[in-house]
Amino acid sequence: MDSDTRAQLEAERRKRQQLKAAAAEENSADNNTTQALGSNGKTAESSGDLSTLKYDTELYGSGDKYAGYDRSIEAGGGSSNDMAAVSVAKGRFGITAPREFIDELQTAERDADEDPFKEILRMRGINRVIADRESDYQKRRHARKLSDEHGGDGTGGSSYAERVRAVQLENEKAELLAKIKKAEASNKSSKQAGGSKWDVETPAHQAEPQTPQRRKRWDQTPADVHSAVAMTPQRRSRWDETPRVTGGAVAETPKRTRSRWDETPVMGKAAADFGATPAAIDYGATPVGKQIAAGMATPAAGQIGGALAQQQDSIVDARNQYQTDEELDALLPSEGYAVMEAPASYVAIRTPARKLTSTPAADSSGGAGFRMESEAEARAEMVEEVREVPGVGALPFFREEDMQVFGPLLDGQDEAALDAEARRERQALRLILKIKNGTQAQRKTAMRQLGARACELGPSAVLNPILGLLMAAGLEDQERHVLVKAADRALQRLGAQARPFVHRILVVVEPLLIDEDRHARAEAREVISNVSKAAGLAAMLAALRPDVDHADEYVRNTTARALAVVAVALGVAAALPFLRAVGRSRRAWQARQTGARAVRHTAELARAGVLPHLRGLVDCVGEGLGDEHQSVRSAAALALAALAEAAAPYGIEAFDSVLKPLWLGVRRQRGRGLAAFLKAVGFIVPLMDAEHAAHYAREALRVVVREFQSPDVHMRAVVLRVVQQCVATPGVPPSLVRDDVLPDFVRCFWARRAALDRRHARHVVDATVSLAAAGGGAPVVERLVAHLKDESAAHRAMAVDAVARTVAELGVADIDARLEELLMDGVLYAFQELPADAARSELDALGAVLRALGSRAAPYLQQIASALLWRLNNPSPAVRQQAAALVAHVAPVAHVSGGDGDDLLARIATVLFECLGEEFPDVLAALLTALRAIVDVIGLPAMQPPVADLLPRLAPILKNRHERVQEACIDLVGRIADRAADHVPAREWMRCCFSLLDLLRAHRKPVRRAAVATFGFIARAIGPQDVLATLLNNLRVQDRQNRVCTTVAIAIVAESCAPFTVLPALMNEYRVPELNVQNGVLKALSFLFEYIGDAARDYVDAVAPLLADALVDRDLVHRQQAASIMKHLALAVAGHGCDRPILHLLNHLWPNIFETSPHAICAVLEAIESCRVCLGPARILLYTLQGLFHPARAVRDVYWRIFNMSYVAAQPALVAFYPRIEDSAPNTYHRYELDYVL
Amino acid sequence: MDKFGMHNQTEQLYARYEGTGNADTSRYEWLTNQHRDTLAHYVMDDSLAMFISIAEGNSVTRTKFNMLERMQQPCGPPPKTEDSK
Repeated sequence: MDSDTRAQLEAERRKRQQLKAAAAEENSADNNTTQALGSNGKTAESSGDLSTLKYDTELYGSGDKYAGYDRSIEAGGGSSNDMAAVSVAKGRFGITAPREFIDELQTAERDADEDPFKEILRMRGINRVIADRESDYQKRRHARKLSDEHGGDGTGGSSYAERVRAVQLENEKAELLAKIKKAEASNKSSKQAGGSKWDVETPAHQAEPQTPQRRKRWDQTPADVHSAVAMTPQRRSRWDETPRVTGGAVAETPKRTRSRWDETPVMGKAAADFGATPAAIDYGATPVGKQIAAGMATPAAGQIGGALAQQQDSIVDARNQYQTDEELDALLPSEGYAVMEAPASYVAIRTPARKLTSTPAADSSGGAGFRMESEAEARAEMVEEVREVPGVGALPFFREEDMQVFGPLLDGQDEAALDAEARRERQALRLILKIKNGTQAQRKTAMRQLGARACELGPSAVLNPILGLLMAAGLEDQERHVLVKAADRALQRLGAQARPFVHRILVVVEPLLIDEDRHARAEAREVISNVSKAAGLAAMLAALRPDVDHADEYVRNTTARALAVVAVALGVAAALPFLRAVGRSRRAWQARQTGARAVRHTAELARAGVLPHLRGLVDCVGEGLGDEHQSVRSAAALALAALAEAAAPYGIEAFDSVLKPLWLGVRRQRGRGLAAFLKAVGFIVPLMDAEHAAHYAREALRVVVREFQSPDVHMRAVVLRVVQQCVATPGVPPSLVRDDVLPDFVRCFWARRAALDRRHARHVVDATVSLAAAGGGAPVVERLVAHLKDESAAHRAMAVDAVARTVAELGVADIDARLEELLMDGVLYAFQELPADAARSELDALGAVLRALGSRAAPYLQQIASALLWRLNNPSPAVRQQAAALVAHVAPVAHVSGGDGDDLLARIATVLFECLGEEFPDVLAALLTALRAIVDVIGLPAMQPPVADLLPRLAPILKNRHERVQEACIDLVGRIADRAADHVPAREWMRCCFSLLDLLRAHRKPVRRAAVATFGFIARAIGPQDVLATLLNNLRVQDRQNRVCTTVAIAIVAESCAPFTVLPALMNEYRVPELNVQNGVLKALSFLFEYIGDAARDYVDAVAPLLADALVDRDLVHRQQAASIMKHLALAVAGHGCDRPILHLLNHLWPNIFETSPHAICAVLEAIESCRVCLGPARILLYTLQGLFHPARAVRDVYWRIFNMSYVAAQPALVAFYPRIEDSAPNTYHRYELDYVL
Repeated sequence: MDKFGMHNQTEQLYARYEGTGNADTSRYEWLTNQHRDTLAHYVMDDSLAMFISIAEGNSVTRTKFNMLERMQQPCGPPPKTEDSK
C-alpha cells in the first residue's frame, strides 16, 4: 500500500471518528473487553497496531479463529439495509470474550425483561436514560452542535451567513469523505489479498457499525485507551467503570453520562498504575462500602475504608452503621458458620437517602504523582454529599452530571456581591434545578415562576441551561419531559425575545420528532409550533434554511419534520412559497428531497387541512417525480401519496399534472422507487371518478400482482396497501380479482412466516378481507380452508381471523355444501388445536364463523358439543375457560339450528352447573357467562337445571371477591330476578338480598349498578316491604359506600314498585334521630326524585314539609342533601303547575346561598338553577336584585353569581323584567320603548 | 366566594358573556348592558321592531338602524366619577 493512500485513510479514519463518536465509543468498549480479559492468564501480544489486543493463548490458541467470519465490516452504514447485517454481526464477539460474558450480554440485549435488576431500577427511576435505547440513527443527534459552540457569545448564536457557510463546509467535508471511502473500497480487494484489515487498523478505531438498541454500558468506556490496563474480571463486570487513562497520564474527568451503575464514584482520579492492582472499585452492587473495602484483598482497601469511614460518619448515624466483616468475624465463632452468598433475588435497599452513602468516594490518595486539582473536580467530589443547594433547599437527588450546569450554585459566592446579570442567571438556574430535580410540589411552583418571570430573567439565562441540559447524554425521560415543558412555558412568555435561540431550540427539539414515544413527538411538535408562533415565520425559516441541504441525512430528516410542523403552525399558505423554493431547488438534490419530505409530513399533520392548498403542495413536489436522484423521486412520490391520503376523497383535480409521470414511473421503475410510486397511485386512485379509477386500478393491479413476489419487506407492505385500495375501487370486475389477483396473492402472502410479524399479519388479513369483498367470499374461503389446518398455531389464528371476518361480512350464501364441510372441518380442527394461551380474539373468530353459518352448522353441533364437554372437564384451567367461552358463542347458533339444539344446550348447561364448584376465578366467570348465554337463548322456564335449583347455587358465589366472577354472577342472578323471579321461592330471594348487600361495596361500577338493579327486580317479584326493610336497616351501617349504594337501591325499589310503596316508610325513617339514617333518607329521596321524573308531581306536597325542615336544619349536610333533592324535584315538576310548593321551598333554600363549603354551595346553586327552570327566570331575578349592589362585597359576590347564572341561561327572558331605573344627570336609564302603546 | 376553586370553569364561562357582572360592576355598566340586551332583542325580533317602528313613525329598517347606532352608548357617556354602588 502506498503511503499516500495510507495517509488518506488515516485522515478519513480520524474524521469518521469525530463524526460517529458513538460508533467509536462502542468499538472501544470491545477493545476494552479484550484488554480486561488479558489478565486472565498468559497473554499474547502481537506487535504493530494489534498491540492493544491481548488474548489468552492457552484458551484460544493461536490459530486463525477469524476463519468463516467477515474480515471487514462496512463502516458507518447509514441505510437500513446495512442494519440487518449489523444485527447479526457474528464476528463481533468471536474475538476474545469468554462464553459467560457473551451470554450475559446477549441475554441482556435480547430481552431487557430478563434483567433481574430492571424492576428495581425502574422503581428507582434509574434506567430511563434516553440515550440507552436510542437506535443507531437516533444517536446521530449527538453529532449535532449547538450553534453557540462556533462563534456565538452565548446569547445569539452565530449569524445566518456564518451558519450557511459552516453547513457548506460540512457538506463538502462529507463529500470528500465519501470520495475517500470510494477510493478505499476500490483498494479493498488488494488489501484483502494482502493482510487482513485487522492488521492495519487498530481495532479501537475500526468504525464498526453498532447494533441497534445497544446498552449504554458499553458506551461509557472512554474512546482512547492506550496504556495497558488490566483488570481482574469481576463476576458481573462493568466495563463502563474502567478508569480512563490516557497515555499514562491522569485523565480529565470525562463528561460522564449516567449509567445503570450510576452510584459509582467519579473515576477521574484513578491512578495510572491503577491497572497493576486489582481495581478497588465498588461496583455498586453492594450497598455497604465498608464491607467491600474490608473484604477486598487489595492494598487499596485500607485507604478507601478510611475515606469511607470519614464520609459515613457525617451521614450515617454510628449506631445504624453496618457491621463490617471483621466485626462479624470477631462476634461469631469461626467454626460451624459459613459465609452465605446473597440469593440471586436479593437487591439492596436503595432509598434515595441512603444512595449516596452506599458508594465510597474515589480514592483520592491513590494518585501516583502530584497534580493540581482543578476546580471542576473539586466540585465533582462535593456531589456525593450535595443534596441541599443554597437557595433551593433539599432535593430528592443531585447527580454528578448536574454539577456541570448547576455548579455555580454551589460555589458559595455571596449573591449580593454579584452583578445583576449573574444574579438573574443564578435565579434561573435555581428554578431550573428545582424543575429538574425537585419534588412534585417544588417543580410545580418553580414551573409557574419560570413562566411568570421568564421575561424578567431574560431569554439567555432561562434557555441556555435548559438547552444544555437537554443535550446532555445522561438525560432521562422524566427530566426531558419536564425540561421540554419548562422550555415551552418560557417560550410562550418570551415571545419574540426567543428569536436568537430558534436554531438551538430546533437542534435540541428536532430529535424528539423521530422519538419512539408518541408523547415525546407530540411534545416536540408543541414546542416547535410555539417557537414558530413566538419567533415568526421569517426567523424559523432562517433557522431551518441551512439544514435543508445538510449532508447528513439525519439532519435533513428532522429538518423536514420541523419544517412541516412550522408550516402547519403558521398556516400552510404562509409556508408554501418556501416549500416550493426548497422543493424545486436547482442547487442540491438534498434540498429537493427535504422539500418533498416536508410536504409529506405537512400532509400527515394537517390532514384535511391541506385541501385548500392542495394544488400548491402538489406543485412543490410534482417536478421531483422526474428527478435524476432516486431518493428525490421516492420522496416526491411518497409526498403525493400522503397528500392524496389526507385529501381523500376530494381533490383529484390537483393531481392532474402528476398523473402521467406517476404512471410512467410505475411502469418503468423497479425496486424501492417503484414502491413509492405504487403507493402514490394506490392513494390517488380512490379519489378519481369511477370510470377512470377502474381503468387505473386495473392497470395498477397488473404491476401489483407482479410485485407480490418481491422479497423486499417495504415493497410488500406497500403492495398490501395498494391492493386493498385498488380492489375496493368500483368498476374493478370481480372476475379479475378472482382469477388474476387472488391466486397469486394467496400463494405469495399466505405463508407461515407472514404470521410472525404481527403488523404484517394484520395487513395480510385486511387485504384478504378486502379481496373477498371485491371478488366474492367463497373463492377466498376456499383457498384459506387448508390454512385452517396448518401446523403453526399463529398461522392458523391468522387464517381463522381472515375466514371469520370474511364470512361475517359477506355471509355464507355462496359457500356450497362441500366447502361448508371443509370449512367446518377446518374450524373444528382449529378449535381442537387451540393453544392454551390463545387470544380472546381467536375464540371470538371461531364464534363468528359459527354464527355466520347459523342453522347450517346444525349437522356439526353434536361434534362440537362433545368436544366442548370433553374440554370442560380438562385438567387445565385455561382449556376449561376457553371451552366455557366458546359455549357462549355456540349457544345462539345451537338455538337457531333447531332440532335437538336446545336439548344439547340443556345438557351442556347441566355440565356447567356441575362445574360451578370451580376454584379458578377466571374459569368460574367464564362458566357463569356461558350459563347466561344459554339462559338467554333457551329461556328461563325451559332451563335445565331448573332455575329454582340454579339460584341457591349462585347465592354463595355472589360472595366471591373476584371482580369478574362478581360481574358474571350478578348478571345471571339479575336476569333470573328479571325474567323468572316467580320460579324461585320468596325466602330464597331474601337470602339473595343479603348477599347482594355485599356487592354494593364492589369495586367495579358495573357490578354495583347490576346489584342495585337486581334489588329492583327482586322487589318487584316479592313485593317491596321485605326488601325495603332490609335496605333501611342497612342505612345504619358505618361504611359510607355501602350506605350510598343502599340509598340508590331504595330509589330503584321505589322506581320499580311505584313511589307510594316506599315513600311513607322512607319518610317515617327520617324521624330516627340518627344522622347517618337521616342523611341516607335524604340521599335516597334525592335519587328517588331523579329516577321517577315527572311522577314526582304527585308527591311534592307530601315531601314539602320534610324538605322545608331539612333545609333549615343545623347540620350542613342536611341542607346540602335537601338542596340536591330540591334540584331534582324542581326539574322534575317543571311545567306541571307545582309553582306554589316549589316557591315555598325556594324561600327556605335562599338563605343557604351564603354557604362556603364547596359541595354545599354547589348543591344550593344547582337547586336555584332548577328553581329557575321551574319558576321562570323573572322570579329568580327579583330575588337577585336585592343584593346586586349590597354594601358588603361577600353578599354582592354571591348575588352576582346567581345573576350571572340566570343571565347566561335565560338572557332574552330577562329583558322584560329588568327594573325601571330613573335617569341620573348625563345618563338616560329609561327604556322608553317599553312604554309605547298603540 | 369560590375559596375552593370549584367554580373556575363557570368563571371562565361567565367571562365570555359581556353582560355578566361581578361584585365590582358599576350601576352604569350593568344598566348599559341591560340596554344593549334590550336593543338587541328588539332588533332580532321582527314583530317587536315593527311595533316600535309604527309607534315611532319610522320604517322598520330605520328603526333597527337607529337601535344599532344607539347600542354604542345606550345610556349616554360613562359617568366621570361614578362610584360603584
